[in-house]
Amino acid sequence: MSLDRRGLLLGAGGLLLGGCDRLSQSKPFQGFLDAGEGLTSRVQRLIIPRDALAPEFSAAEMSPVFRTNGNSMPASPAYAQLLAGNFANWSLVVDGLVTRPLALSLEQIRGLPARTQITRHDCVEGWSAIGQWTGVPLALLLKAAGLRSEARYIVFHCADDFGGTPYYESIDLIDAFHPQTILAWGMNGRPLEVGHGAPLRLRVERQLGYKQAKYVMRVEAVDRLSRIGRGKGGYWEDVAGYQWYAGI
Amino acid sequence: MATSAAELSGSAPPAEPLKGGDTVYRHRLSTRLWHWINAVAITFMLGSGLMIFNAHPRLYWGAAGANADHPWLEIGATRTSGYLRVGRVKLDTTGLLGRSRGFDGQERTYAFPDWAAAPGVYDLAGGRRWHFAFAWLLVIPGLAFWLFSFANGHFRRDLRLTGSELRPANLWHDVKQHARLRFPTGAAARDYNVLQKLSYVALIFVFLPLMVLTGLAMSPGMDAGWPWLLTLLGGRQSARSLHFIVAMAILGFIVVHLLMVLLAGPINEVRSMITGRYKLPEDQR
Repeated sequence: MSLDRRGLLLGAGGLLLGGCDRLSQSKPFQGFLDAGEGLTSRVQRLIIPRDALAPEFSAAEMSPVFRTNGNSMPASPAYAQLLAGNFANWSLVVDGLVTRPLALSLEQIRGLPARTQITRHDCVEGWSAIGQWTGVPLALLLKAAGLRSEARYIVFHCADDFGGTPYYESIDLIDAFHPQTILAWGMNGRPLEVGHGAPLRLRVERQLGYKQAKYVMRVEAVDRLSRIGRGKGGYWEDVAGYQWYAGI
Repeated sequence: MATSAAELSGSAPPAEPLKGGDTVYRHRLSTRLWHWINAVAITFMLGSGLMIFNAHPRLYWGAAGANADHPWLEIGATRTSGYLRVGRVKLDTTGLLGRSRGFDGQERTYAFPDWAAAPGVYDLAGGRRWHFAFAWLLVIPGLAFWLFSFANGHFRRDLRLTGSELRPANLWHDVKQHARLRFPTGAAARDYNVLQKLSYVALIFVFLPLMVLTGLAMSPGMDAGWPWLLTLLGGRQSARSLHFIVAMAILGFIVVHLLMVLLAGPINEVRSMITGRYKLPEDQR
């Protein structure tokens, strides 16, 4: 009896799954999903003012525990060496479609004008945590390097990888020049910890967690994303199909 | 008897007295179209919403909340069993919530089982893609339906609740009639009864708008653009909790709605929602 019922349930499940699978594979349905995704990001860009700030919070509202997510220790020997040397030999490269490529030490970056903000981090999975971030506005570095007119996107190359596939992320120039978009070297009043992306990570506060690239080593200005990784603009976008525009 | 019910519902008596067996034009094209688009959109929204929930099956109040924080609702699992915890109440839900069999017969520890979540086996990216695409199918036809129904008088004519309808005695009478499965017949069946009106008004003017607003409040982009949304809803995690609660309320509405269709004569009811024409039920006695 219970076996029959189970068989029936599994059978019905198979039908449902079959239906969903067929839908997922159908071209018109994919077109419908693409149209929805395009509409969502365009409408958001349309109704959210360019410089609208993500909500900022008071110190009292900070999460007592800010969990780490994704990689919490890059596996590469090169990173291990940099960490062992307290990042004294580390440098951030800013290059690509710029007129004056930069290579900055951590000390130099900490010496630049900084912005401190207490913001909410929203993971794509659904949880949120509030933390304080201190870092150099990305706009400042991009202005120093001098973006060439062909530049459309800013790509962040990271020191960590998932099974050999390097982590990377990208944003457009609207978010790159947003006042809250910073390369953070400090968190909650202390130097950024390894679990949270030491020595430098991206904060792009109007988007989801997977855009907040940790262990940033190189900032590259590009005219298109198709040449990097599998061409979708980020590690999770490439391997799992997450939206490149992660404002939703 | 028919006239007294018509008086109760506050509608004007028809020019020619209607009686059981008469066919009336009940649902306009805009209502019928919206109904069926919604049936599709809400089915996909619920399925993909459960998929998204499965990625972090905990709900919190306030602006933030993550694993170390206290959730007011949690669907969890041990190695062998599944449970639902709401506040201090913990229920064993093995086989349904927390731990259940997938399509392949293997036991898995997902909050909602494979058969309930879309697109199927755990796929958060896919679930999000489906959810946001079908959201447009909910919002655009929904706004059009609102406009049409204000313009053609559908809301005013068919859904407006009158003071006499809302009198406790009348509400209680309607509840008792429903409980006894005694539905209006003849001319009285032409108009929605008070419980129908209340549930449709709640769905159209409270649940669906709340669904959209709480959904928008979970978008970090929209939170920058419309910060008042977060203030209104009490923070992003509160919005997420409300989004889930209202979704369950809509699911409850659908279950009762389908049950009522079955009990009130499914062929006549479904036909009226396809062609617009509804045959007034004959008096039983």
